[in-house]
Amino acid sequence: MKIKALSRSTASQQAPGSAVVRQSRNLDPAQHPFERAREYTRALTATKMERMFAAPFLGQMGNGHVDGVYTMAKDPGSLERFASGSGDGVVKVWDLTTHEEIWNTQGHENMVKGLCWTPERKLLSCASDKTVKLWDPYNSLPEAPPLASYLGSSAFTGVSHHRTHPSFAASSSSINIYDLSRPSSTPSQTLHWPTSVDTITSVSFNQTETSILASTALDRSIIMYDLRTSSPVQKLTLRLASNAISWNPMEAFNFAVANEDHNVYIFDMRKTDRALNVLKDHVAAVMDVEFSPTGEELVTASYDRTVRLWNRARGHSRDIYHTTRMQRVFSAKFTPDNKYVLSGSDDGNIRLWRANASDRSGIKSARQRSKLEYDQALIKRYSHMPEIRRIKRQRHLPKPIKKAGEIKREELAAIKRREENLRKHTKKSELSKRQNEREKMILAREQ
Amino acid sequence: MADPVKMAVAGPDDREKQKKLAEAQKKYGRGKAISTKSVRDKKLRSNLKAQESKHKQAVLQAKDAEILNEHEAGFLEPEGELERTYKVRQDEIQENVGIETAKKGFELRLPDTGPYRVDYTRNGRNLLLAGRKGHVATMDWRDGKLGCELQLNETVRDARWLHNDQYFAVAQKKYVYIYDHNGVELHCLSKHVEPLFLEFLPYHFLLASAQMSGYLKYTDTSTGQTVAELPTRLGRPTSLCQNPWNAILHVGHQNGNVTLWSPNSQTALVKAQVHRGPVRSLAIDRQGRYMVSTGQDQKMNVWDIRMFREVHSYSCYQPGASVAISDRGLTAVGWGTQVSVWRGLFDAALADQGKVQSPYMAWGGDGQRIENLRWCPFEDVLGVTHDQGFASMLVPGAGEPNFDSMEANPYENTRQRQEAEVHSLLNKLQPDMIALDPNIIGRLDTINNEKVQQRRNLDYKPEDPMEKLKNRGRGRNSALRKYMRKKGRRNVIDEKRLKAEALRKEHASRSKDKLEQERQDLGPALARFAKKDS
Repeated sequence: MKIKALSRSTASQQAPGSAVVRQSRNLDPAQHPFERAREYTRALTATKMERMFAAPFLGQMGNGHVDGVYTMAKDPGSLERFASGSGDGVVKVWDLTTHEEIWNTQGHENMVKGLCWTPERKLLSCASDKTVKLWDPYNSLPEAPPLASYLGSSAFTGVSHHRTHPSFAASSSSINIYDLSRPSSTPSQTLHWPTSVDTITSVSFNQTETSILASTALDRSIIMYDLRTSSPVQKLTLRLASNAISWNPMEAFNFAVANEDHNVYIFDMRKTDRALNVLKDHVAAVMDVEFSPTGEELVTASYDRTVRLWNRARGHSRDIYHTTRMQRVFSAKFTPDNKYVLSGSDDGNIRLWRANASDRSGIKSARQRSKLEYDQALIKRYSHMPEIRRIKRQRHLPKPIKKAGEIKREELAAIKRREENLRKHTKKSELSKRQNEREKMILAREQ
Repeated sequence: MADPVKMAVAGPDDREKQKKLAEAQKKYGRGKAISTKSVRDKKLRSNLKAQESKHKQAVLQAKDAEILNEHEAGFLEPEGELERTYKVRQDEIQENVGIETAKKGFELRLPDTGPYRVDYTRNGRNLLLAGRKGHVATMDWRDGKLGCELQLNETVRDARWLHNDQYFAVAQKKYVYIYDHNGVELHCLSKHVEPLFLEFLPYHFLLASAQMSGYLKYTDTSTGQTVAELPTRLGRPTSLCQNPWNAILHVGHQNGNVTLWSPNSQTALVKAQVHRGPVRSLAIDRQGRYMVSTGQDQKMNVWDIRMFREVHSYSCYQPGASVAISDRGLTAVGWGTQVSVWRGLFDAALADQGKVQSPYMAWGGDGQRIENLRWCPFEDVLGVTHDQGFASMLVPGAGEPNFDSMEANPYENTRQRQEAEVHSLLNKLQPDMIALDPNIIGRLDTINNEKVQQRRNLDYKPEDPMEKLKNRGRGRNSALRKYMRKKGRRNVIDEKRLKAEALRKEHASRSKDKLEQERQDLGPALARFAKKDS
């Protein structure tokens, strides 16, 4: 008879005199019952932990501005510098690491409407006082005179620099292209849609297809221009006016517009008959929108005193940031490292937020990192479960915003109900097709 | 699309790979792969493909990791044709194995306080003995160190370790009590009145007891809350066991029924007639596939609990008092004064062969009436209690050779035990997760989703079954008549039936009116030619 019985020596598990204990694994599923249920429990805990650690607000920049902050621009050549323009004409440059003011000037007599850095790290600012000024914050003392100033015929609303050429576009009632390399202060080109007369509210150069330029105007239009033919290419008219425009840095043909109708629309420049996505959650006009440097996310600033963060492919916001003291938010930007968000509001403060509310920037051990990654994977895997979805989505909102949201929902439902009732009692032959939510807001397209 | 030319020249190398993959899938796979070809959405398809390839890789890697398993299972093999494994005695085994292993076979003679009940901790390190007359003892049985010893001076019917070797529960004459490792009474669970059997669900931290009154009670041992009180309504239960795969409790009854319980349902999930007399004992294998039961009708039945079907029935010479299934599928049955261990009961069921002819091992026959059997996890050891005490019996090939120290570690130290306790509490499963299919959690709710989609579709009109019946009501064999003929005579009165009956009445009266009208139209002479409407 051949006989063998199991024998394990205790010494094989822990060498005598040592404190190191061996961990043995056996991946046989029979030894791991309830794997689904246990994984789900872990995912639930991870979701709760994420919400527990959510602390998005980091602080504010120095003492902020005396008047509201209406525009901000980050230096494309630096991770820690950015500029802000205020309602009293002051332009300030900030350092992100120390949260301190680096440079400031009383640049304009009126509200600073647009800021932009040039590739040579000079700063362009435009204001309602019909001037665009060029500053050198890196090499000059505060309150130094501008390097150059350009005069226009009406108040400027936005400025955007070309990716490679030393030229920039400034918008007023039309778009003026100025050449930085020439001494003259008159525009080298002027672009405008032949029939439009209203003020252009914002302008933005495409950074990949560098001669394309997009603008939004008060006449509810979004217009594309091409510098090579020095003419407008197409015009898109929406139901309400748009406030800001931002190109996707990774998919350069996509852009997002912040609209007065509380929504953000993402369009494909090549096919504008429908929006790629409609981001709905704000309860007041969206004042600013920006794509993250990865092109995956967006940040929006709204008149409802909140900042929202969005996933490009989702219709509702991923997170909402607010404080009791933050007033109407007029500009929001991602930092170039994609980790933080800046917001400038009517109360004159520039606030720094985490792009991921539960993120911590301290150095993590390998174990910590792998745990966080595992938790994220779990949350993603079980994100369809109702309990996890509820906890993940739950946000405490200020009462007015919550109330406004409720009222808005009710009103929209009423409109919808009315439409449905109308449809119900209309002859089938007269019935028009239901309009797609992504096409609804487009009133006209002109080439 | 698979290239047909490539398929034709698949060499032995490919076949080898396929075979390896199939083997790995069988052991480590989690269900069928999703066929990605039929998915129309491009993004979804590529996501699913990536997911599938990840699964495949994981399965293969798990299979490859098997070479890291350091221990091999024991065995008992006859060398000649005339040798029989069930003839091998314990002293022969003890001679043939190492000293360390031989020491694991021992006997404790406790003749005055028996018969005993026995339980091992989940890692198999500690032993809990509870004598009917009130003697309760715990010990680290490998080192032979006594943990605590209690004389309760009260009838003790069952005892169970809780999640680790720090606490145990004892079913005493009136209530269930919880003691710590020093034997200090911590809690008296006065909700559990006259408990007969205890069972502890380690992942849910639930202590369940079957009471004399027929009630099944669950208590959460981490919070102390009573989770469920379930009336079995079948009198005094005769046995209780848990399915370790889905935490369902199986209760055996006097009339030969076995009922399946979860704390979420006041009625039994399943009720099966397993024996023709009281069910004496129940055991379920660790993957929750087979149930072995012994009854007063001198039978040992093997049930497939996925299909609720008896696969084999074995006869015993005496009613089996206790049955237990080891990690590697060995089934021990204690009947009278004997213990027999069966091997391959489930393989025989799986392959649809005949019954297993002879047991694998046998023990006893020394006049000690067997009371309780329990396999020691991760060891080749069977704990047998009888009216004279306790015997630890060596059964080569019974235990799982390679343990996972994240799950249950037989060699854990204090730090590891504490760590494991905290982790298991963090991952404690909620009682409402107990279901017959443990993998139901996390599944997509497709039925609900369909309804939601319908509600969202503004042009959707729900189909009215009555409308269908109405419109097609012409000819001799109308839909309504057919419905009334097929379903109308059923002894179920619901809304649909009432509506159908009303509709039928209306039809009948209408045709009667029509006939009357026609008769009048035709006049008295020709009235008899009026055609009755079908």
